[in-house]
Amino acid sequence: MEYWINDKPANTPTLQHSNRPHEHRTSNIQHRTLNCFAMDQGLRNELQKQGVFMTTLEELYNWGRKNSVWPLQFGLACCAIEMIATSMARYDLARFGAEVFRPSPRQADLMIVAGTVTKKMAPQVVRLYNQMAEPKYVIAMGACAISGGPFKQGYNVLKGIDRYLPVDVHIPGCPPRPEALLHAFMTLQKKIAGQHLANTHQARHPDPGAPSEFAVPKYGAHDLEPPKNTELWRAPASERKGL
Amino acid sequence: MLPTLEQIKMRLEAAVRGARVEIIPNDSPSGQRSLLADREHAFAVAKFLRADPELRLDYCSNATGVDWPEMEIPEKIKVKQTVAGVEKEVEQIRKTRRPGFLEVVYHLYAMEKKHGPVILRVRTENRADRVQVPSLTPIWRSCEFQEREIYDLYGITFDGHPDLRRILMWDGFQDHPMRKDYAAPDDYEYEPTPHDEVLERAKRHYSKRGAAGIE
Repeated sequence: MEYWINDKPANTPTLQHSNRPHEHRTSNIQHRTLNCFAMDQGLRNELQKQGVFMTTLEELYNWGRKNSVWPLQFGLACCAIEMIATSMARYDLARFGAEVFRPSPRQADLMIVAGTVTKKMAPQVVRLYNQMAEPKYVIAMGACAISGGPFKQGYNVLKGIDRYLPVDVHIPGCPPRPEALLHAFMTLQKKIAGQHLANTHQARHPDPGAPSEFAVPKYGAHDLEPPKNTELWRAPASERKGL
Repeated sequence: MLPTLEQIKMRLEAAVRGARVEIIPNDSPSGQRSLLADREHAFAVAKFLRADPELRLDYCSNATGVDWPEMEIPEKIKVKQTVAGVEKEVEQIRKTRRPGFLEVVYHLYAMEKKHGPVILRVRTENRADRVQVPSLTPIWRSCEFQEREIYDLYGITFDGHPDLRRILMWDGFQDHPMRKDYAAPDDYEYEPTPHDEVLERAKRHYSKRGAAGIE
């Protein structure tokens, strides 16, 4: 098998990537050692010029997947307006094969959490994610979706959707410009292209042991119960000096 | 031309038998005074404000709540005191304890007459168990959602409201977040630039973490 080799490792995080326990970030060196039938990129290019196209099933499969990521059609707040603008002619998300916003989670590959997630809305968002079929990805778009943003200290806003869902790409911004969403999209495409179907650095979806659904929080008397999914999210360990 | 609050008050007291209407002064630059109606007659008072041919306040643009916790009001008084055989007037500060209550504020306008606002206030008896006020939704339809919101966030119950349930928070939620004594759930996490109240919370959490190792 041959794996995607580029100048950069295929899944180099350009924006912030999640560090899910079951999904390892691989370095370029690891990629090379995995190549059972490694072929020099230059040789491959040369062969291509001669009309011989060499590829692997995995590469072909990922190429197809990354160029037809269908997002789920839903928006939560003002970021959704930017998301809509991204899908329109000026920014043209269709260039990346992702213009088909699906109204049903059963047909969607990508959830763009665009906007403020209120605590009242959080269970529905998680349920929609659970209803999506694998392989599925999440982009958290905007300050609210990644951390609660300007409403962080409020009683009614979730302090980031990554408390309940495995987020693949975070986009900061309030709201992020359509270019930022496109950048996140390309980052996600790189991530998809670098995923493996087998071996140690396997993607989540072909792995029967990996979870594809996450606990839906319940409405409690004072807050959501539980307030976070501890399997997915922990408070950052960094501490400020002088506190 | 909108009659003055004093005129409105006089006409109200003549029209609604037994109504106790008070004019609440306002020391702020806007100087916008308001009418305080008693709970028992608030509905009749509102009905009059809408029906009166000179007022015709047919549009309630805004209904909101205010939480007044129990507080001490300092008051300067002059007391005659005999100091060393000489009678003197001495200033003293007397503190009066005002029990807490909740308040609903309605802003009323007249579309036809193009005047307003007349501000109408209604107060509850206390802020614990006797929190009923009459609903004015039957008079101004626009109050329906706003009274639900007040019920949700302040915990004031509106008698006669057609559909009184929470509107922003979920049904099982028990608190009233806009009350002054509301304590938000302590779901603190890392804050890059803590300050003020947030800094205090951050300090508490960091010391907890230090004791039990990093979370």
